[in-house]
Amino acid sequence: MNAALIIDSAYFVAAFLFIFGLKRMSSPVTASTGIRWAGLGMVVAVLASFLYVVDVEPDARPFLTTNVILAVIALVLGLGWAWWSGKKVAMTAMPQMVALYNGMGGGAAAAIAAIELFGGKAHVGVGLALAVLGGLIGSISLSGSLIAWGKLDGRINKTLRLAGLQAINGTLLLVLVGIGAYVVYAHGQVPVAVLAVFFALALFYGVMMTMPIGGADMPVVISLYNAFTGLAVGFEGYVLNNPALMIAGMVVGSAGTLLTLLMAKAMNRSVSNVLFSNFGAAGDEQQGEISGSMKPVDAGDAGINMRYASKVIIAPGYGLAVAQAQHKLYEFVKLIQDAGVEVKFAIHPVAGRMPGHMNVLLAEAGVPYDIIYDMEDINNEFKEADVAIVIGANDTVNPAARTNKSSPIYGMPILNVDQAKQVYVVKRGQGKGYSGVENELFFRDNCNMVYGDAQKVMVAMIQAVKSLEGGH
Amino acid sequence: MEYTTTILTGFVALYIFMLAAFTGFEIIGRVPAILHTPLMSGSNFIHGIVVVGALWALINASSTTQQVIGFVGVLLGAGNAAGGYVVTERMLEMFKPSDKKKG
Repeated sequence: MNAALIIDSAYFVAAFLFIFGLKRMSSPVTASTGIRWAGLGMVVAVLASFLYVVDVEPDARPFLTTNVILAVIALVLGLGWAWWSGKKVAMTAMPQMVALYNGMGGGAAAAIAAIELFGGKAHVGVGLALAVLGGLIGSISLSGSLIAWGKLDGRINKTLRLAGLQAINGTLLLVLVGIGAYVVYAHGQVPVAVLAVFFALALFYGVMMTMPIGGADMPVVISLYNAFTGLAVGFEGYVLNNPALMIAGMVVGSAGTLLTLLMAKAMNRSVSNVLFSNFGAAGDEQQGEISGSMKPVDAGDAGINMRYASKVIIAPGYGLAVAQAQHKLYEFVKLIQDAGVEVKFAIHPVAGRMPGHMNVLLAEAGVPYDIIYDMEDINNEFKEADVAIVIGANDTVNPAARTNKSSPIYGMPILNVDQAKQVYVVKRGQGKGYSGVENELFFRDNCNMVYGDAQKVMVAMIQAVKSLEGGH
Repeated sequence: MEYTTTILTGFVALYIFMLAAFTGFEIIGRVPAILHTPLMSGSNFIHGIVVVGALWALINASSTTQQVIGFVGVLLGAGNAAGGYVVTERMLEMFKPSDKKKG
């Protein structure tokens, strides 16, 4: 058997396992085996790739030993660092970690393009054009993801707002396309400096494109860059005549695009709106009069009230995870479940920092997924609930989104917590939500505020309910 | 007969791209929102296959410049694949149905 046959077979197996694994990942029951199948595919493909040494290109032969040693070192270093960082990252920091790994993938695709172009290896026509395009998209994904990571990780706090930024970025993109077209036109026979400028500008463009985008929109951007990297990988796969890269890259490219659209839709924003406008810039103008007042209530009283309810729905937000209160919350839930209370969790599509992020954070605390419901599945149940409790969420439960046309969040689908007989809102203080909009819910007659750190509030609730049992 | 790799150009490549794009679309389209984060992370892992392309480029490097860029490519690609795998597995591990063991 020759090496090419083994390599091609391995790629076939890998491509199959990737799709099979992704398919299994689309249901919570089979998801964890799905990632293992896909992982097996990756191992098979990487091991088989070392057989490239058999049919190495003639002018690379003198370098072969060094190249293989370098490859092993790079693999071990990259794998070791990523394994270690991935194991220790907190669940709340997951979105920025995904952004970081994604940027690395974009960088790898750009590196392949760079070698092809600098080495004059890329063929004429389609192959050359796709090498250039993949290099462009990969570079944008690399620098853009790094900025997204920095913003979500709190390392970059500035949101760049410049008059005429769109015009600058537009010009930049035109210049990039122009240089790319020139490279293709010249059959890749261009001075090294031109290529260097091309890659540098592409990286710069990724920075400029991401800097004006606010933190709240970052998940959509990460998902978009995920799709970008997929496309870049697919294009470089064509250049290298590698079907595994072509298939995996294009599957991720389209899946990522769809996921981006779903996320943007859940936030009631279009993707172009996220990329080219500044959220909240048009806000604040008129919030409308809000009548009523915020009524505080003691945590213990709220806890006891829930103990005697028959149905309680919990609407958690990112604030819950920031306060690390998921475990205490679930302890409280188990306590009142044992007392016969029906408890359900209601998850808004954008709760947390990414769609589904809240589910991960609750799962971390051991909350079983069959008492966690998506918004559309549970929104009609709020009117039957005795108590709805909102913990660390704000904009996603603001009734103004339904009625107040001047509100920046108008039209965003919300959880109907206001329809429950009693609403409790656990909140640190009287501040506004991520969007900076005042929340009408807090002023409603059926709503009471429980002020305090979410974790301490949950402890107080647990103690109140426990002392009740002990006292009788 | 000696085996040689099929060159995937023109319409063959276009067919591969088209079918792969539909596959990705179909898989994600039916996924519940609960799995969106792990799935984004999972698809992030899958494009880590780029490490294989970087490996080819590095193994066939014929100048110091190419070796340096190839090294960086493999390093980044390996990070993408390994990191994507670890965080996805960690997230998916945590999804458990209501357990009967307590009962």
